Amino acid sequence: MYTVADLKKGLKITLDGDPYVVIAFDFTKPGKGQALYRTKMRNMITGVILDRTYRSGETFETASLEDRKMQFLYKEDDHFVFMDNQNYEQYRMSEEAVGDARNYLIDNLPVDILIFKDKAIGVDLPNFVQLKVIETLPWVKGDTSGSDSKPATVETGYILRVPPFIEEGETIVIDTRSGEYSTRVKG
Amino acid sequence: MTAGWQQTLRRPALMERSRIMQAIRQYFEAGGFLEVETPLRIPAPAPESHIDAVPSGDWFLQTSPELCMKRLLASGYERLFQICRCWRDGERGRLHIPEFTMLEWYRAEGDYTDLMADCEGLIRSAAACVEKRPFLVVNGAEVGLDPPWERLTVREAFLRHAGCTMEEALAADTFDELMVAAIEPHLGMETPTLLCDYPAERAALARLKAADPTVAERFELYIAGIELANGFSELTDAVEQRRRFDEEETFRRSQGRIPYPEPARFLEALPSMPPSAGIALGLDRLVMVLLDAASIDAVVAFTPEEL
Repeated sequence: MYTVADLKKGLKITLDGDPYVVIAFDFTKPGKGQALYRTKMRNMITGVILDRTYRSGETFETASLEDRKMQFLYKEDDHFVFMDNQNYEQYRMSEEAVGDARNYLIDNLPVDILIFKDKAIGVDLPNFVQLKVIETLPWVKGDTSGSDSKPATVETGYILRVPPFIEEGETIVIDTRSGEYSTRVKG
Repeated sequence: MTAGWQQTLRRPALMERSRIMQAIRQYFEAGGFLEVETPLRIPAPAPESHIDAVPSGDWFLQTSPELCMKRLLASGYERLFQICRCWRDGERGRLHIPEFTMLEWYRAEGDYTDLMADCEGLIRSAAACVEKRPFLVVNGAEVGLDPPWERLTVREAFLRHAGCTMEEALAADTFDELMVAAIEPHLGMETPTLLCDYPAERAALARLKAADPTVAERFELYIAGIELANGFSELTDAVEQRRRFDEEETFRRSQGRIPYPEPARFLEALPSMPPSAGIALGLDRLVMVLLDAASIDAVVAFTPEEL
């Protein structure tokens, strides 16, 4: 059971019997009024997106989903293919169901795959992943232009802002909850 | 080596923030306002249904400097402003941070229309120190700052944007939801909007309008859909104020909130307070709007999550 205070991006709940994942969330409070929790959720089976606004004190059922240890195998057209570590069974998932997780999926990455009625419907990522930088501008030592960050492309094609001293070929740690650079992996 | 990288990235925003705060102080000093500091830790916050103070020992961290500022008005001070920290428990979102910076100012012998004019002057001066142009760009909207700004009553806003009357929304208990989802996104898009005359039951410390006592002389300032300030003509009737506090405190306790003692010294001082008006403006949000930042996080040195 969750309360509105637990609402955040990525939270999975049950609504009218279906599993939903929170894809956007904001706390609002109109002048001197009550706290309202504006939530955008995706039905993890049908893909339908719902806008709901909740008040303090409301509660939600957790989504009853089975979690299976798998690894990412490869991408085929617009589907992602995962393999169950125990029985080597393969599961395909649409790009939409994979969502932002696509930014971090490199071959053989271990992930938890959410199963609902024997269908793969979601990816649970580790909070931090390590990815190699494949493209970024070189750091000019003594650069005084005052620029504090620069774009970098990692091996999955994902582009994010990193500190200026990060060089091509380095491995960085990314926080998958925010999508932001966290630290560098010292080689 | 990467410690504090978020802080490094925010340096330009924090530099602008410092300039904006200097411009605000200059604006009020030029207008004859006295800058004061009142205690942050207080024994009895003003009871309000939907604001929770953070306990500090047997006392509380203030949710606003309001009660002390009004006691100064009652002691004969005429024009006051304060920039201080306030705390509101559990408020966290794109526009909320539980410890934030408040700018409050008060005018003896003034009413809420004087505060509206103050907003026009203050925000134009603050904007001028960031960009030398008479408009703001916020989230793609071009908001002109030349006065007069739009004055819209809450009643008109419901008819125009919510498809029902203000009274119907109150009766159906959908006032807040409609305000957030249907009304706020339209406010302050061409010029800032001064949304005024809130229903009497939505104004714990404001004076009712003599010509129409179903509404209070209270307004909120909006720029590009973002609420920046709440101001009103002050209620000076201590009997009525005590009745409203009792009502708010009864509601708070019925919700299982931490009980507050009655702000007795404030109520004792209230009969000595001249007709006045006061306003609270979220300074972090003002900086956010002036810099067109996507979140309040971008304009503070540290978020609670970074501590």
